[in-house]
Amino acid sequence: MTAETILEIENIELTYKGSIQALRGLSLKVPKGQIVALLGSNGAGKSSTLKAVSNLLSLENGELTAGRIRFNGKDTAGLSPHALVRSGLFHVMEGRRIFEDLTVEENLVAATYALTGRGGAPADFEQVYDYFPRLKERRHNRAGYLSGGEQQMLAIGRALVARPSLILLDEPSLGLSPLLVEEIFTIIAHINRETGVSMLLVEQNAAVALAISQFGYIMENGRIQLDGPTERLMADDDVREFYLGQSGGAENRSFRDIKHYKRRKRWLS
Amino acid sequence: MSGDLLFFIEISLAGLGSGALLALTALAFVLIYKATRVVNLAVSEVLMLGGYLFFAFAAGLGLSAWVALPLSILGGGLLGGIVERGVIRPMLGENPISVFMVTVGLGSILVGMAELIWGAEPKSLPAFISTTPLFLGEAYVSRKIAVAFVVAGVTISVFLALFRFWRGGVALRATATDQAAAYSCGINVPGVFSVAWIVGCATAAGAGVLLGAIGGISTTMGVFGLSALVVVIVGGLDSILGALIGGLALGLIQSWASTYLGGEYTSVVTFGLLIVAMMIRPYGLFGTHEIERL
Ligand SMILES: Nc1ncnc2c1ncn2[C@@H]1O[C@H](COP(=O)(O)OP(=O)(O)OP(=O)(O)O)[C@@H](O)[C@H]1O
Ligand SMILES: [Mg+2]
Repeated sequence: MTAETILEIENIELTYKGSIQALRGLSLKVPKGQIVALLGSNGAGKSSTLKAVSNLLSLENGELTAGRIRFNGKDTAGLSPHALVRSGLFHVMEGRRIFEDLTVEENLVAATYALTGRGGAPADFEQVYDYFPRLKERRHNRAGYLSGGEQQMLAIGRALVARPSLILLDEPSLGLSPLLVEEIFTIIAHINRETGVSMLLVEQNAAVALAISQFGYIMENGRIQLDGPTERLMADDDVREFYLGQSGGAENRSFRDIKHYKRRKRWLS
Repeated sequence: MSGDLLFFIEISLAGLGSGALLALTALAFVLIYKATRVVNLAVSEVLMLGGYLFFAFAAGLGLSAWVALPLSILGGGLLGGIVERGVIRPMLGENPISVFMVTVGLGSILVGMAELIWGAEPKSLPAFISTTPLFLGEAYVSRKIAVAFVVAGVTISVFLALFRFWRGGVALRATATDQAAAYSCGINVPGVFSVAWIVGCATAAGAGVLLGAIGGISTTMGVFGLSALVVVIVGGLDSILGALIGGLALGLIQSWASTYLGGEYTSVVTFGLLIVAMMIRPYGLFGTHEIERL
């Protein structure tokens, strides 16, 4: 039995400014309620994939030239970005992108626009503060003065306010200390389990991403190179070596570096 | 109270009155700039148009001032909405200089149209503010200027409060900080653009009616907008508070300069101030710049 699919990307091709091709026939699926990891090195096209899904591409002169994307069974082509958010698809962008001049609470207020036209209960900031007590202490502070980790919490907090059915999370670990990464990923896993929200999680930090996801895709050069359930990916030798930074034995470090480089080239070609 | 001091107080009050109008016009620039990052030079001509619309409704159609005033404000807003949808929105993302030049062109078109319809010679507006003078203690103030001051002051305070406490104010500030992030929060960003242009141009038109009530209207009254532009450049293009304080300050300074130095010094002082302020703080006295992380 296959779970219901909340997001389905089929063979999309993406070009920036009419010439730079960032995605070349990429397909992936997110089953309802699951966390799916999308991994890959710098410039692989991970963020571009998310922007294609949330329709934020047009702001950067990007365009889908082929393929289609379905959210909850409906084609997203032609929907304005805010309409898509209001229908339950929330994109937590790379680099956090909180409103620095606004207070923490005003940032959450801004996210209440995602609830427009949905009826239902009013926005619940307490839920955000329960997951991230530190934000509550700083609710009246200017968001620009928060630490990097707190800003990431705020970015995720805005998504919580929107009560989406799918969250696209772009590199939540970016620039955070290992301890903080651990803390934030634990909370992400809790949010998924407790609210049932599906997630497409983009990461360079494969170890933490795979630790909380059920399925993973690995992309290079605008395409998916490898995919599978997380356990299988974690057992894969290449994945272990390139993405998890583990290797079989106690080889000499410099030898390992050379081998790493060679195999990496093979991968990229 | 000595005569000199009383005189100083009177010209200062007059300066605050015209300063409040400067602040109101500056607010139009700020609203539009904040949302769309467009310096809309045509604000000056929308101000002029506001004066002429009032003239057309009140003198031409013989409507009561209390009907003509809201109609003129509405007319300004309508024009702003049409320009935003028809001209500015399709140009978003283009070179800011091109967009700026389009607003300059638009201003010239408005002046030309006003001259075609109403002729080039200055007119006075039907009186709707009583001319009986007002005394604050011993100091004389023109009632028109006092009314303009109160109206402008109340309007700006309302805007400040809305920006701070109304959800729409948060949406505008969010859009001003980061458009993509605003979209990602579900904010209807193009809708914010429209509202900012409509409200900004309506404000300018309203300021035009007040200005016309004090000094009459002419197709060149848009130069007043140039002083307001100095206010926003000095006060910070994206700062409402800057518009308020800057407007009042410039009104005072202009009034002092023209009284004690002579009328020809008004623009020398105004633009001298602009240059000095730019050298000290290029992003404006109250404008935002990158926040430094503590
Ligand atoms: N706005 C843009 N205009 C032109 N090219 C772009 C734009 N954004 C991304 N690209 C290009 O598209 C390719 C994929 O970029 P993308 O940001 O999707 O990579 P990524 O996998 O998210 O990388 P990272 O891990 O560094 O964030 C890169 O070659 C990049 O240079
Ligand atoms: Mg990226």
